[in-house]
Amino acid sequence: MTLAVSVTKRLGPGFTLDVALIAPPGITMLFGASGSGKTTLLRCIAGLTRPDEGRLAIGDRVLFDAKDEIDVPVQDRHVGYVFQQAALFPHMSLRDNIGYGLNRLGADKRQARVSTIAESFRISEILDRPPAQVSGGERQRAALARALVTEPSLLLLDEPLSALDQTIRSRIMDDLRRANEVRRIPMLYVTHSHHEVYTLGQQAVVIDTGRVIARGTPHEVLDRPEQSVLANLAGFENVFDATVVERRERAGTMECRIEGTPTELEVPLNSSAVGASTRIAIRAGDILVGNEEPRGLSARNVLRGRLIDVSAHGPTMVAVVDAGARFIVHLTPSGVESLHLKPGDHVWLIVKTYSCRIVADTPWHS
Amino acid sequence: MMDWQAIALTARLAAIVSMILLIISLPLAHWLTFSRRRWTFLVESIVSLPLVLPPTVLGFYLLMATGTRSPLGRWWTELTGHPLAFTFEGLVIASVLYSLPFAVQPVAAAFAQIDPSLREASATLGASAFRTFARVTLPLSVEGVIAGLVLSFAHTVGEFGVVLMVGGNLPGITRTVSISIYDHVQALEYGQANQTALVLLAFSMLVLMTVYGLRRRPWAAAPIT
Repeated sequence: MTLAVSVTKRLGPGFTLDVALIAPPGITMLFGASGSGKTTLLRCIAGLTRPDEGRLAIGDRVLFDAKDEIDVPVQDRHVGYVFQQAALFPHMSLRDNIGYGLNRLGADKRQARVSTIAESFRISEILDRPPAQVSGGERQRAALARALVTEPSLLLLDEPLSALDQTIRSRIMDDLRRANEVRRIPMLYVTHSHHEVYTLGQQAVVIDTGRVIARGTPHEVLDRPEQSVLANLAGFENVFDATVVERRERAGTMECRIEGTPTELEVPLNSSAVGASTRIAIRAGDILVGNEEPRGLSARNVLRGRLIDVSAHGPTMVAVVDAGARFIVHLTPSGVESLHLKPGDHVWLIVKTYSCRIVADTPWHS
Repeated sequence: MMDWQAIALTARLAAIVSMILLIISLPLAHWLTFSRRRWTFLVESIVSLPLVLPPTVLGFYLLMATGTRSPLGRWWTELTGHPLAFTFEGLVIASVLYSLPFAVQPVAAAFAQIDPSLREASATLGASAFRTFARVTLPLSVEGVIAGLVLSFAHTVGEFGVVLMVGGNLPGITRTVSISIYDHVQALEYGQANQTALVLLAFSMLVLMTVYGLRRRPWAAAPIT
């Protein structure tokens, strides 16, 4: 069964959700910054928010059609929804929460189904506890179990792991991937973490200000961002406006000067003419730092600069380097230590040509 | 001596009224809290009218509406064989209207406090609107419902103006505790007035202790906000 969505919903002055997408069985990641309209899209599909126009169908079952005035009520859509904060009923045990949607089954059958799914989500031992007495990860696993046990024809997940820490997140992502193998239904997973898009998604759809701006496999969408909105979303911390100053057709590269600076970068060749404006995106993790001038490197871009700041963000050290333009660089704490880096130091930045991505600055529609 | 007849009558009246109010206030509070219609504010204002209106004004219009000269009063008389005013039934109707905000407001406040995603989760799990109400909304609002029940009971016990206007002062039929105290004072029987008043005072204190004890939230002057 495939989900086919095409909806518009006015959300405010100058902001309209206008999305068409198809989600085949498997996990489709809906990726975008907060406020981009991802959650509203999920709510429209679930029936919690009424679209202004459009059509929603799972296979040949129509859930909503503005023209034919079809609007199947939430409770009859058979669509599972996992909320950001789990939304478990606080006055019921996990067992009763998970069994909530199975009230049409007899008590025996219901208990059997609850036990089976609890086992696959590793919460059998805590089924009789109320949600307040289990951990955040366990609550979210119970919420997943509660939605999946009803065998919905579609599962919607609204940033279900955003409140959890990394190790718990990856274990739950494993659970979800397994669930997806057992029951092949479309799963729409809203996130603003590109890490989750890479590890979980088979398909990625990028939404920005209410519109789909890119779609494809996670690698297609995130590794070659064709525009700067996406580059920012996909974790390209450095985005520079630049002008093409020289084309080196033979080498397959071109020289670009970062706007307002004398700094030049050699980037992969594209069709831009000399003098054309372009935009370059570089991942902070793709930049090397040296404390003396490196020699004998294949990398074309070696820039001299001054370290402005270095600070810890979780396990990553984030350095800000002024090399004409400001570069953000990610390092490991041991890297910072071995180079004895401190603000004010002269450093060299090394950037491979193919770490520089050319991105367009105007959104395109697919 | 204590006016046991008045106390029994008052207790019976308050019990009936608070039960009726419980039945009315659940759907009414639900509609007021969750309806997206623009004119809910109008209904809210009507429900809350007894909070600001002098009881005599409410009583006066009720008397007019239930009197034998009004269509409603005539219809009632034809149906039951006696007029509504100055009867126990008339007192029940007047008290229901008068105590309505005290039942509806705590229930509506409790409903509004529920995380909306819980009701939405219930719907996505296939629950009908009624099942969502019975299994999620109501169990999570028990405190508010009890507060509404207790407050409407207590408010009915304490009412005076409306009773006097609509019910008069017929022993065993419409003479409630507060009227009985008034009578005693009029007759300069301060001792007896004090006895009955003490019962009311103790009762009111008990009620408020119950309500505030249930809520366990920062103190607010009015328990119904």
